Amino acid sequence: MNFLADITNALPETILVAFGLSALLLGAIGGDRISGLLRLLAALALAAASVAAFVQFGRGEAISAFASAELSPNGLYRVTLFTLFAKGVTYAMASLALFMSGGFLKSAQMERYEYPLLVTFGSLGAGMMLSANDLMTLYVGIETLSLSSYVLAAFRRDSIMSAEAGLKYFVLGALASGLLLYGSALVYGFSGGTGFEVIASAPTSVGLIFGLVFLICGLSFKASAAPFHIWTPDVYEGAPSAVVAFFSTAPKIAAVALLANVMFVAFGPHIDSWQMIIAIISALSMLIGAFGALMQNSIKRILAYSSISNVGFALIAIAAGAELGSAAVLVYMTLYVIATLGIFAGVLALRRGGKAIDTVADLNGLVKTKPGIALGLLVLIFSVAGIPPAAGFWGKLQVFTAGIESGMLWLVLVGALASVVSLGYYLRLVWAMFMKPAGEPMDRTDASVAAIVAISTLIVFPILTIGIQFLLSAAAQAVVG
Amino acid sequence: MALIAFYILSTIVVLSALFVVAARNPVHSVLWLILAFFTSAGLLVLIGAEFLAMLLVVVYVGAVAVLFLFVVMMLDIDFVALKQGFQNYLVVGALIALALLAEIGIVAAAATFGGGETFNASPGAPTNAEALSRVLYTDYLLLFQMSGIVLLVAMMGAIVLTLRSRPSVKRQNIAEQTGRKRKDAVELKDVRPGQGL
Repeated sequence: MNFLADITNALPETILVAFGLSALLLGAIGGDRISGLLRLLAALALAAASVAAFVQFGRGEAISAFASAELSPNGLYRVTLFTLFAKGVTYAMASLALFMSGGFLKSAQMERYEYPLLVTFGSLGAGMMLSANDLMTLYVGIETLSLSSYVLAAFRRDSIMSAEAGLKYFVLGALASGLLLYGSALVYGFSGGTGFEVIASAPTSVGLIFGLVFLICGLSFKASAAPFHIWTPDVYEGAPSAVVAFFSTAPKIAAVALLANVMFVAFGPHIDSWQMIIAIISALSMLIGAFGALMQNSIKRILAYSSISNVGFALIAIAAGAELGSAAVLVYMTLYVIATLGIFAGVLALRRGGKAIDTVADLNGLVKTKPGIALGLLVLIFSVAGIPPAAGFWGKLQVFTAGIESGMLWLVLVGALASVVSLGYYLRLVWAMFMKPAGEPMDRTDASVAAIVAISTLIVFPILTIGIQFLLSAAAQAVVG
Repeated sequence: MALIAFYILSTIVVLSALFVVAARNPVHSVLWLILAFFTSAGLLVLIGAEFLAMLLVVVYVGAVAVLFLFVVMMLDIDFVALKQGFQNYLVVGALIALALLAEIGIVAAAATFGGGETFNASPGAPTNAEALSRVLYTDYLLLFQMSGIVLLVAMMGAIVLTLRSRPSVKRQNIAEQTGRKRKDAVELKDVRPGQGL
């Protein structure tokens, strides 16, 4: 093996590691004074990694690295067009989430230089788990992402809610890691290898299926799919808003794409064993996400349930199998995380007397106090809800088409039902913004945050239908191979 | 012989892991944990991975000793009350001790009377440590380095969550102390007799 060739093939991760380590040194010398500078540099490094991933995607072929003749002939690290696309979006979302967090960090007195570094290392873990072609690479990637996430959730040390969020996330995450490892051990034991190719070529056996079930449990936890979703509302509510903006975008698409990748590549030949499991998880997630949010008052809890529900929709496409589903997963999750990033930018933009808004009632009459942001949020919420003029509709259409073509009409009907129910809380947000009388005036909005709201609104608004056509054709290429 | 040892050891591992969770007293949980680690090390020896077995004992049992200290420090345990029930726990303690002793006995017996059995699963091949070190930095370089990143993140996290700068705390500044001049510290007052300052 050739070390230089390997790290060149893994260019996006190499950029992030190089930046993360040198920035850690800079931060140790410069202290919290240079945290603003490091945040911008980290956003740039993540953007560079995203560009590198898309350049690799443009070359149009899968890339392997860290291969050795006897142990891992196809590499511990292998990216296909599918994972490259997901990775590019992941890094881009992390970069934007970091870019727009400046104002929030300042007002919450969280300006410490470790913050951008933890986001960088967390994204590195997300990228590494997407690049995994081996259960071991998958595990170290997941752990890098998870450890950074636990610390980020508890980053606001003086807030008891934040500490609670971090602790809950940590304890439940450790349990999920245990399930994942146990599943990996069973899969290794019954297939004779940890590489995805070895697992794919192993005969189906009871032990392999048991390991597969445990693996799905562990991965569903990371993607916050029901019934492993319990942590999501509490962590979203307690963690600082800027951190939740990161959680609900970059790791979310990475986790769903990872689940898809593991199912399609490693367990592709065993699809009869996992199709029904994924379909049931999908139906549960959609229903729990839709009904759970109806009684919530906190905006962040509503968004948490919305993310559970949307992961459920993406799982329909995974249950449809690699040929039908892989493009739909990418389109759906990409449009979802872009819209979510915009919504969180809006939530971060709205502050009243230096305090971030929290409940739905805080949005009352927003159209009179901040008409621009209210309109942007309207389009973004429509997109997440999948209402036709906005781009989210196209994502849902793709997912439902994949579901019907694979013969799971019942699942698509459950999805349609969940969509209708979830309109109840989406429209409640819109109602508060447009129909209620205005409350106290809001503080001034940061330019960076307003820009993100505007950009993501433009992307999900049908003005850029060409953009959606591009996304559809790019995702169509990215069938797992 | 090896199969019997395997079944004995694995039964002890499972039972002691169960007691780690079931024990009410955290100190007992830690003791059961140590037994579980020792027994797992025994299992590793059985499959010929003696280097990993030693690592498990040195690293984990060592770490557990530290964990034990933390438990003692952090939790409010009334040790007088604990000692009063010494006889109640004598059976449990004796069981753990016996199991450990029996394990050492089995291993020693296997080595002595095993009829030329060696612990190296593939005699003549490189030893465990050598075999591991051959692949650790070559075939598994990526995993090795990523594990390093995981540990780095864990370290950063521990620092982020616990280190705080407290401006109100007074610290010794040696340069300031030694740089003090007489005129900074001592003031001469001419006090007239019969009057105060």
